[in-house]
Amino acid sequence: MYKNVLQQIENVQVWPIISFVIFFLFFLFLLWYVFTADKRFIRYMKEMPLNEKNNTQSVNEKTSNT
Amino acid sequence: MELDKFSYDNKIVKAFIIATVIFGLVGMLVGLTIALQLVWPVFNFELQYTTFGRIRPLHTNAVIFAFVGNAMFAGVYYSMQRLLKTRMYSDTLSWIHFWGWQLIILAAAITLPLGLTTSKEYAELEWPIDIAITLIWVVFGWNMIGTILRRREQHMYVAIWFYIATFVTVAVLHIVNSFEMPVSLFKSYSWYAGVQDALVQWWYGHNAVAFFLTTPYLGMMYYFLPKAANRPVYSYRLSIIHFWSLIFIYIWAGPHHLLYSTLPDWAQSLGTVFSIMLIAPSWGGMLNGLMTLRGAWDRVREDVVLKFMVVAVTAYGMATLEGPLLSLKNVNAIAHFTDWIVAHVHVGGLGWNGFLIFGMLYWLVPRMWNTKIWSPKLANFHFWIGTLGIIFYALPMYISGVTQSLMWKEFNPEGFLVYKNFLETTVQILPMHMLRAFGGLLYLTGAIVMTYNLVKTAYAGSFVANEAAEAAPLVKTESSSGGWHHWLESKPVLFSALALVSILIGGIVEMVPTFLIKSNVPTISSVKPYTPLELHGRDIYIREGCVSCHSQLVRPFRSEVERYDPLGGEYSKSGEYVYDHPFLWGSKRTGPDLHRLGGKYSDSWHYNHMLAPDAVSTGSIMPAYPWLFEQAIDKTTTAAKIKALRTIGVPYEEGYESRANDDLDMQARRMAENLQLEGIEVEPDAEIIALIAYLQRLGKDIKASKTADNTLSTGNQ
Repeated sequence: MYKNVLQQIENVQVWPIISFVIFFLFFLFLLWYVFTADKRFIRYMKEMPLNEKNNTQSVNEKTSNT
Repeated sequence: MELDKFSYDNKIVKAFIIATVIFGLVGMLVGLTIALQLVWPVFNFELQYTTFGRIRPLHTNAVIFAFVGNAMFAGVYYSMQRLLKTRMYSDTLSWIHFWGWQLIILAAAITLPLGLTTSKEYAELEWPIDIAITLIWVVFGWNMIGTILRRREQHMYVAIWFYIATFVTVAVLHIVNSFEMPVSLFKSYSWYAGVQDALVQWWYGHNAVAFFLTTPYLGMMYYFLPKAANRPVYSYRLSIIHFWSLIFIYIWAGPHHLLYSTLPDWAQSLGTVFSIMLIAPSWGGMLNGLMTLRGAWDRVREDVVLKFMVVAVTAYGMATLEGPLLSLKNVNAIAHFTDWIVAHVHVGGLGWNGFLIFGMLYWLVPRMWNTKIWSPKLANFHFWIGTLGIIFYALPMYISGVTQSLMWKEFNPEGFLVYKNFLETTVQILPMHMLRAFGGLLYLTGAIVMTYNLVKTAYAGSFVANEAAEAAPLVKTESSSGGWHHWLESKPVLFSALALVSILIGGIVEMVPTFLIKSNVPTISSVKPYTPLELHGRDIYIREGCVSCHSQLVRPFRSEVERYDPLGGEYSKSGEYVYDHPFLWGSKRTGPDLHRLGGKYSDSWHYNHMLAPDAVSTGSIMPAYPWLFEQAIDKTTTAAKIKALRTIGVPYEEGYESRANDDLDMQARRMAENLQLEGIEVEPDAEIIALIAYLQRLGKDIKASKTADNTLSTGNQ
């Protein structure tokens, strides 16, 4: 088993900070995405569980029809 | 375009529903039994197969993996086919999954009462069953990914993302936490030791809650709640943020189970920070669920399905606010090891999982049997008695948890503990435990009523095994007008890979430093491996599930050091656990901590105490262990145990396995002779001797290190 491979690690505290920054940037990116996403696509996805009986269409067909 | 004609497989959903109901009743009944045991030890039946230590894991495994697990599969198999507009990828895989999972449950129901356990919470099953779980989980994932690839709907609805994350993460968690060294067919030692084992276990334990009890149920909430309310989810945008934030952040929070333990401070703080951050996505999801009912709240009054779902989502909100608050060190100092945690998990288990399952069943069964619910009145009765059950369960446990914790910590003006005898704090909360058992009884009654109602409903209708459906085949389109996530939702494999990356980052950052860096686990030179006799004793301690009620972790509080090590004044150190495969810190103190037990009482005290706890400590609720006095230590396994432990890093010298039993006999004989001096006749190879040897070893090493230091400093003068 690989145990105690390194004697010491410098500034281990920086690890979580780096991960937090990665997450935060990703989060900002998500926010930017959801607010700029195509409204028709969002509506289509949102109603998917209620549209089971209807014939499915790909979203592109649907959006091009509108 | 010509439509494909196909059918949805309802038969597999039916099978999982039946299993859900049966195992739900069994799991709750075992839960009620152990609740009674904590008030009246007579319910342990003086049988080794039914003591609290052995059937408490039976309860947790039954409700988590059998009840909640089967319901998850029922919900996933029903909703996935419809959201993707296709039958499941393979009926054969569906049925291998179903029967494989039931066999695993059967294996658990047999092995746990037999005492075959790894002792790691929610991962107690021994290695052959672990392998079976891995295989069946792969079958589930294979079937799921196959279905997604064969879909007739280009985009994956949010529920499907949650199912994918569940599959991927549970696979990673289970494999990493189940690394163990087999000794025999039903005995293994955790690959990791001490603080590292604890970190891996609670990374697993916490995320089992996250990815077995939460993410699949959020997926089901996003499907069944809009169906039941007949309106779309409040915000699809919020669900995208909810999903990615939740799976990214959840994986980090595991160390909050180890606050004030010997885990390095930076890792503890990491757990706290990410737990607090977790409030945001959890509440985002809860609000998204509740807001789905905007404009339809009047229907909640009439529709029992919605009633169950509203309470479920509310319970989810309460539990996910409480969890982060419990992760604050000042709150954790009071709540950890007490009934508060029991209340917390049951708000989640009874409220969130249980009520969402009940709501889903009341919605699914009439539809699958093409009829109406047999008795809406009985369903309403179930709702109210179940809700009362949750309240009667949770409130007494909060009171009991805080009461006991404050009693543990109370000092008198002279600076001594007011309740020096731990037992006083146990007796104090017994009335609360009675009320808790009553709450459990109410909840179980509700489940029985539901079973009757569902069976009647099924008999009144006619089952639709294959539900006819039609949909246009999927046309591959390259262009994407919806942007990045739009594109990603049509790429299931890439989506799964990204979900995997999200959850791996947290795991890696937590584990790598703790595993690879020597300075994180300072060694103590006086800490030595267990003697063969102590090792057998430790395995008996594991077999009997002592860890269910006794911690081995003295936290760095004055009240704990004063209570558990008044003479030495030592709280627990990482270096003391380096040979502990597995770690036995425990998560609940129904009885006192045992990490400094060695030398506190005589061998004869332990002998009498294990035989009749109540006779030695009046009012004790610990069960008696008469079989330990009749059963002999299984010395045929000693060599294999020594060899296995050496392989995973315990420094027993080469060839020691051939002499180990001689050492064992010698130590056992000496102990039996000492007991004889106190008038106790006992065979040296009785299991009780090994157990006492282990209990007397606890905390001895740290005392030895102090003695050595003192001698050194005296010698220098």
